[in-house]
Amino acid sequence: MKPSTRKRLSRGVLYAIFVLAVVAVVLVADGEAIRTNFLDLDVAAETFPGLITIAAKNTVVYTVIAFAGGLLLGLVLALMKLSPVGPYRWAATAYIELFRGLPALLVIFGFAFAVPIAFEWRPPGGSTGAGLIGLIIVSAAYIAETIRAGIEAVPKGQVEAARSLGMRPSWTMVSVVLPQAFRIVTPPLTNELVIIIKDTSLLFIAGMALGDRELTTFARDAVSSQANATPLVMAALMYLVITLPLTQLVAKLERHNKRGR
Amino acid sequence: MAQPIPAATPAIEVRGLHKSFGDNEVLKGIDFHVDQGEVVCVIGPSGSGKSTLLRCVNRLEEPTSGTIIVEGLDITDKDTDLDGVRTRIGMVFQQFNLFPHLNVTRNLTLAQMRAKKRNKAEATEVAERNLAKVGLAEKADAFPAQLSGGQQQRVAIARALSMDPDMMLFDEPTSALDPELVGDVLDVMKQLAKDGMTMMVVTHEMSFAREVGDRVVFMDGGVVVEQGKPEDVLGNPQHERTKLFLSKVL
Repeated sequence: MKPSTRKRLSRGVLYAIFVLAVVAVVLVADGEAIRTNFLDLDVAAETFPGLITIAAKNTVVYTVIAFAGGLLLGLVLALMKLSPVGPYRWAATAYIELFRGLPALLVIFGFAFAVPIAFEWRPPGGSTGAGLIGLIIVSAAYIAETIRAGIEAVPKGQVEAARSLGMRPSWTMVSVVLPQAFRIVTPPLTNELVIIIKDTSLLFIAGMALGDRELTTFARDAVSSQANATPLVMAALMYLVITLPLTQLVAKLERHNKRGR
Repeated sequence: MAQPIPAATPAIEVRGLHKSFGDNEVLKGIDFHVDQGEVVCVIGPSGSGKSTLLRCVNRLEEPTSGTIIVEGLDITDKDTDLDGVRTRIGMVFQQFNLFPHLNVTRNLTLAQMRAKKRNKAEATEVAERNLAKVGLAEKADAFPAQLSGGQQQRVAIARALSMDPDMMLFDEPTSALDPELVGDVLDVMKQLAKDGMTMMVVTHEMSFAREVGDRVVFMDGGVVVEQGKPEDVLGNPQHERTKLFLSKVL
């Protein structure tokens, strides 16, 4: 057999397997059951308002809070990890290793209980607020490592240039190093953001008032109250409506920033 | 300019300077000075320690031992205001090191505003003046990535000049440039020398050293081998090592 024939044949086999697999799934699956259970338009119409005004809104709000908090705490941790002062470095390393090694669900659950007890303080937002602290704590550990890598990727000559102009280390960091570091880590930070969007679904473990429900929890409740799984599909679509434009936007931003590099 | 400094005080004075990187001793006891208004070119093979010497003068490298005195101020003293001294020493790097996220004007005004506490209007005016001096007034809004290497290096010179330094350090300023761009940068440096700027230039441009330098210092193996007037050192070297080096580069 000629190599070109062999190549065409094997390509043809791959296509055939794919088509067969799709056909098999369609034949085996019960189309009517799927339509009534997952794509019921009446259920969809009933769920839709709450899905937008409560669930999607809360998911976005929690994401913004957790990402902003994680970014701030992550930046502090990254700077600590690069500090010339030993104890700061050790503390940051211990923190990062600890919280990257634990399941986010466990940390959220733990903090929702521990914070009110340990500090005799009820965070605003009740148990959801306490859960958000856990989410911030976890995401900060990942974001810290990302930012640290970004800072270290800024060429040493940039710091030397700034220092040789008489700029103090703090100003050098703020005006010269960090702006460049954040440009470098925009793609991995977007990744963190998308992960946080999805991890807001873990907040339910802290216990959630009805008005606090985000997409996943809201959909789960709707599924049990309506005895129909359509809300799950709607929640899934909502996640995509949030994440897809976001990743597109960041890709655009990144192209724009290339100008300055 | 800072308070007047007695004319007899050298701009830069280096005494018994040693610098080691781990076990590797790069500078083995350097005594060296640059007078006010003098243009000193430091030449030598790569690895001779000339860039390290230059970088010790504004303490980008920490000396292992020895003393460095800038305008009468011991900058190896722990209590010296190093940032303050650095505003008086302009530095130009081989790789330009412009800030890529800022446009040309912001490159020139940033340190003026942060380290010299000038307001924005004042800093911008100084920036415009120095950009004009290096012939790049029309590039004020450009980003570094939009400039050629030669233009970037001239912006870097303008950035250093915007701090109104008393002296300028040049670390192989033309080594990273395409040959056809070297001339523009050297022209700017020549004009600076003509204007009376104190300059310490680590360079491989022998013609520049000959034409512009008041003194040429030849370094090899971490020591100053020979120094003197350019025509003497370059035209009639006394040491074997100088002769060997010059035979390769001239």
